[in-house]
Amino acid sequence: MVDVPLGSTGVVAAPDVEDVELYHPHSWVTKYVFSQDAKIIAIQYSFVALSVGLIALVLSWLMRLQLGFPGVFSFIDANAYYQFITMHGMMMVVYVLTALFLGGFGNYLIPLMIGARDMVFPYVNMLSFWIYLLAVLILVASFFVPGGPTGAGWTLYPPQAITTGTPGGQEWGIILMLVSLMVFIIGFTMGGLNYVVTVLQARARGMTLMRMPLTVWGIFTASFMALLAFPALFVGAVMMLFDRTLGTSFFMPAMVEMGQPLDRNGGSPLLFQHLFWFFGHPEVYIVALPAFGIVSDLISTHARRNIFGYRMMVWALLAIGALSFIVWAHHMYVSGMNPYFGFFFATTTLIIAVPTAIKVYNWILTLWRGDIHLTVPMLFALAFIVTFVNGGLTGLFLGNVVVDVPLSDTMFVVAHFHMVMGVAPILVIFGAIYHWYPKVTGRMLNDGLGKLHFWVTFLGAYAIFFPMHYLGLIGIPRRYHDIADMAFVPPSAHTLNAFITIVALIVGAAQLVFVFNLFWSLRYGRVAGGNPWRATTLEWQTPETPPPHGNWGKDLPVVYRWAYDYSVPGADQDFLPQNQPGLTRAIPEPGHG
Amino acid sequence: MAEQAATDTSHAYPEASGLRSIAADFSSDRQAFRNVSWGKAMMWIFLLSDTFVFSCFLISYMTARMSTTVPWPNASEVFALTIGGVTLPLILIAIMTFVLISSSGTMAMAVNYAYRRDRRKTAILMLVTALLGAAFVGMQAFEWSKLIHEGVRPWSNAWGAAQFGSSFFMITGFHGTHVSFGVLFLLIVTRKVWRGDYDQERRGFFTSRRGNYESVEIMGLYWHFVDLVWVFIFAFFYLW
Repeated sequence: MVDVPLGSTGVVAAPDVEDVELYHPHSWVTKYVFSQDAKIIAIQYSFVALSVGLIALVLSWLMRLQLGFPGVFSFIDANAYYQFITMHGMMMVVYVLTALFLGGFGNYLIPLMIGARDMVFPYVNMLSFWIYLLAVLILVASFFVPGGPTGAGWTLYPPQAITTGTPGGQEWGIILMLVSLMVFIIGFTMGGLNYVVTVLQARARGMTLMRMPLTVWGIFTASFMALLAFPALFVGAVMMLFDRTLGTSFFMPAMVEMGQPLDRNGGSPLLFQHLFWFFGHPEVYIVALPAFGIVSDLISTHARRNIFGYRMMVWALLAIGALSFIVWAHHMYVSGMNPYFGFFFATTTLIIAVPTAIKVYNWILTLWRGDIHLTVPMLFALAFIVTFVNGGLTGLFLGNVVVDVPLSDTMFVVAHFHMVMGVAPILVIFGAIYHWYPKVTGRMLNDGLGKLHFWVTFLGAYAIFFPMHYLGLIGIPRRYHDIADMAFVPPSAHTLNAFITIVALIVGAAQLVFVFNLFWSLRYGRVAGGNPWRATTLEWQTPETPPPHGNWGKDLPVVYRWAYDYSVPGADQDFLPQNQPGLTRAIPEPGHG
Repeated sequence: MAEQAATDTSHAYPEASGLRSIAADFSSDRQAFRNVSWGKAMMWIFLLSDTFVFSCFLISYMTARMSTTVPWPNASEVFALTIGGVTLPLILIAIMTFVLISSSGTMAMAVNYAYRRDRRKTAILMLVTALLGAAFVGMQAFEWSKLIHEGVRPWSNAWGAAQFGSSFFMITGFHGTHVSFGVLFLLIVTRKVWRGDYDQERRGFFTSRRGNYESVEIMGLYWHFVDLVWVFIFAFFYLW
């Protein structure tokens, strides 16, 4: 083997940077509780986020019980139903998916994958987690206050969010929700700044941006987007909090409540919708881009093929990130905007399908003639592609103004966004946990339980959400507590609702298998070794597994190649780790000809 | 051996200029922004995020001003002061703006002296900056209490649209909070400069990182940002 010096691969060396020393914990508390180590923080984030996910899962069960068997469960009255909807949606989108992808996977994978010892500001990183935990506690506390949590719907549209009649509107619920969101955003900003600066400024020698694994690209782009999108939600929350507590009229038009004119006028409810969706649409991609990145790495590793069109994949990620800031009003076609806005936003929405389609084609071409290993992470990754394509196709329906108008506020919308940003990212999260659990704990998750979990979740998700498209097309509205007595609802819809509920209970129960697996394998799982998937990326090349404090021992790794050198002709094994010198690549590296 | 080769390549690539140098920096390993420290990069990106916060506030204020059905109060009358029998429109705001812009000047000088390792002058100039900032907040408190005395509340006022008071208290309050935090951190950094923490590379209490004069510059970035935001608030809220 010829040793190829780093310079000959075209890397411009940055001037030497002194190695910033690490904070070393002094006690058990600073090592495991108030830890500044990104890996511990990642586990803390993931544990809290998954716990919130279980709460939100139970809430979805309760909603389904009401929809499937209306009237049977007397404690689920209309108010409770709306509270369950609101809390389920907000928890899943913000406190589970965002926190898990960026706080969980971001913290664990960024420093390891780019060859850093830790995040750039470990102390701020630690604060980020504890502020996130505070936000979660404030949110969960709203279950125990007078009036219960807010029932405004997860979009919190004013004026109804803060008026009498909406659960929590004139009580504590909405206040706690808004405060919790503001606290979350402050905490996230601390973490997000860390993730972005670590990727930009703290990479290992030889790790150029165009050699980074796509997982890092996805998390990096999403973190950057979140730093620009969350401000809109923050401002919206501040203004609504003033409307609720100080009696201002930012979002409150002149209105009559219970026959009495309210002492408000001149506000714009539409303004909140713009602020909310300026955050809300990028948020979809804040969840989706890390999933895109992770799934690229899973597919490449488990199909033993280099990723197809790496450079195109990176630019597609960035293009999607940029475009997602100018599509937000496609959530507002029926809100009473100027029709020309609809024209503009429908166009941008359809344009965003182009980079997305590029990514899907590249995943498929990566699989093409690959040596596909149907491991549990690979099963989840393949399931993601199918599900994402399904959810994306219904997005084309909803992105067009004329098609969207009749479908607005029907179960079709529920089916669409659950497929595309509920089920699809969750499948990637499961795949990623099965993939990286051996690195985090040193032991493999049980394969049999994993396959059981996969098949029930995958098939179950289709049994739940496919029928919802049909329900939406026949006009079943969403967010209705009780549709039992409506004349236009055919009996078949009720049967279908009962079916969906039963499947949802089964799929939910299957998640307990996963939780059991997580704890059981911690003790009894097969010992994994350092690199069980024979993967190329740096996190699998650490001297010890699980990686110790500081990750790399005495010497930082040096990177000689991109992250996708699988099945290189002439190599003596079918993968070449990024830190392995020698053997030039069969395919020219992106950016270097 | 490869490590050796890597260190030797730096001079093999001539200094590029303009867009090429940006491309060269971004295609290099380790750092995308060459010679930019972690703290400075983080502050710049934070300020970008904060720009979005203030933009959202200002755009929301403009929307509220357009959507309200009642006439908007005339800012130059509301913010006029009568001094010695002469009514001067926006006089207090003008003084506040002057004070804040001046504080940016003293901050810039402090950064200059910090890089010359002139401990004494840096500390004095930062202290002056903090005092000017505190004076700004003080004048803002005076302005708030004057308006409150005249009956302006977040939910109503005597001259027109209720959103005038709501936006005024929200936006100037949010900016004032930024200035106040700035003053607080200016004082903390001043103390560290004065005590010689940055000369001795004394470790931070929370972070246990070594102190560095660059903290003065990072502080300066924040301070100039807060001033710049004020220019926009001044233009869009008071002059419009």
